[in-house]
Amino acid sequence: MSTAIPTRPRDALTPADPTAKRKRKIREVLPLYLAISPFYLLFAVFGLFPILFSIVLSFMDWDGMGEMSFVGLAQYKFLLTDGRFWNSVGNTFIIWFLSTIPMLFFAMVIAFLLHQNIRFTKFYRVAFFLPNVTSMVAMAIVFGSVFSDTFGLVNSALTAVGLDAVPWLSSPWGIKITIAVMVIWRFTGYNAIIYLAGLQSISTDLYDAAKVDGANLSQVFFRVTVPMMRPIILFTVITSTIGGLSLFTEPQVLLGDSGGAGEAGMTIVLYQYNQAFTQFDFGYGSAIAWALFLIAAIFAIINWRLVSGRGDDTVRRAVRTKEARG
Amino acid sequence: MTALKPAAPKSTADAHRPNAHYVARGRLVAVVTHLCVITGVLLSIFPFYWLIVMSTSTTGEIFGYPPKLTVGSSFAENVRSVVSSVDLLQALVNTIIVSTASAALVMFFDSLAAFAFAKFDFPGKKPLFILLIATMLVPGSLSLVPSFILMSELGWVGTLQALIVPGAANAFGIFLLRQMAAGSIPDELVESARIDGAGFFTTYWRVGVPLLRGGLAFLGIFTFITAWNDYVWPLIVLVDPERQTLQTALQNLNSLYLTDYGMVMAGALISVVPLIGVFIIGSRHFIANIAAGAIKG
Repeated sequence: MSTAIPTRPRDALTPADPTAKRKRKIREVLPLYLAISPFYLLFAVFGLFPILFSIVLSFMDWDGMGEMSFVGLAQYKFLLTDGRFWNSVGNTFIIWFLSTIPMLFFAMVIAFLLHQNIRFTKFYRVAFFLPNVTSMVAMAIVFGSVFSDTFGLVNSALTAVGLDAVPWLSSPWGIKITIAVMVIWRFTGYNAIIYLAGLQSISTDLYDAAKVDGANLSQVFFRVTVPMMRPIILFTVITSTIGGLSLFTEPQVLLGDSGGAGEAGMTIVLYQYNQAFTQFDFGYGSAIAWALFLIAAIFAIINWRLVSGRGDDTVRRAVRTKEARG
Repeated sequence: MTALKPAAPKSTADAHRPNAHYVARGRLVAVVTHLCVITGVLLSIFPFYWLIVMSTSTTGEIFGYPPKLTVGSSFAENVRSVVSSVDLLQALVNTIIVSTASAALVMFFDSLAAFAFAKFDFPGKKPLFILLIATMLVPGSLSLVPSFILMSELGWVGTLQALIVPGAANAFGIFLLRQMAAGSIPDELVESARIDGAGFFTTYWRVGVPLLRGGLAFLGIFTFITAWNDYVWPLIVLVDPERQTLQTALQNLNSLYLTDYGMVMAGALISVVPLIGVFIIGSRHFIANIAAGAIKG
């Protein structure tokens, strides 16, 4: 494995020998390029090429078998007027909204509770994290039976206390809530562990200083904890947005390729899958992928603005203070 | 907000006001805290318990009212029906092959690249690393269709290498290990290996790998779990019903035998148990690193 590098490279060289120097340099850096090359080669073949190809595909009409024909912007024009696509966009955002807010709220509460130096924290952390590493196919099947309209545990409990059964898997809102519950179940613990690490990284000096200044509990919370946690909260919002926009497994296993009654559980990625791999409309599937990319990019810019907006404030304040001091 | 209370050191509170009321209130807070946490844990764990209940019950018991809440005795029977309906054993073997191969390849290729990026200089290093980070921003669902077409051109549709090869080296792992290597491998060790005449690969093997063990363990477990649970891509590319992973086989079972709940649940249980084992064994490395990644990132 070892490449022959002279033991004392510098002494072995005479300064008047540039070719030998270049040769030695090449021999030294060649293994480094070799070491990093697998990633770049794989990315070029399985990452970059498909992306470029999907741009081409989105201007084509192709079922994967026959002739590929160029249709210009027709796929995108159709997309703009396709009610099923916009329904999937709406569904994706409603489910994202229904899941993200409760999820991050519960995660924060759990993190606060676990931060109290209570006993068994290690066990609790494993228990809260478990849903996140479990296969969603298996758990979507379990949730499907728990929320089943006819024999599900949730409806059994509702009727047992005298309430009406809810058509969880056949009504538009029932379907969205069931999917949101699965997302909440799966990611609350993950986010709680991240918040907990964030809380543990806040120096106790800050709390002590606030105490000395006579801050009360709510002031400590809003002036110390929240500002210190801000980047971490932002991180969890970003990851939740990425995850929410690519939601697929939960609705597909729960409701099938059709997205359930009235396509109420049809998400963007499920619609893409549906068009590309059940209707074999590869051109339109690629156009949907690019539309999703555009939506994700807009969100990335909004997120970035939120971060850098804070940065501007700090700079402006610094300038202001400087001016005031003359 | 009450959750912040412990930030006030209990000892000083006790020293200033050592009265019974205060101690009792502290105890009450502790009890309420535990109750909330335990409720959360039960909600987290309950679907697993319910999976066990259903996979050990007959379909008749599952459909019954009021629902039976305890573990049943029909597990062996359910497993027998699973095995006779889909080749779950083959799917299990396939999943183990894919997960293990993915983890091993990712650990090897990512650590090699990370070590080179962290401890050596070469022309173009900075732009190459920026490019690597940029690739992480590309969403995977963008290339599902063309990747499938590429696989069919390569003749890989329906094969396991279609699941293993494209992800054999990834930007996330290289970035993570690079950060760890930069912080945990002293330059002096690398330099002294070089003075001893060791080339890059020898230095990587003797210095890099031993010092990156923790990070490698995390990356291995993470990749294993991700590959085990991967669903969209196997669903698209594994067209042959004889060659499936656990996730796709389970979904086939679910859609074909929708009414035989006991059996489907037994299949679901089989698909999650090995993974939970891996997670619990590696949980220490795993949880700490997930959190650390978020804090530093």
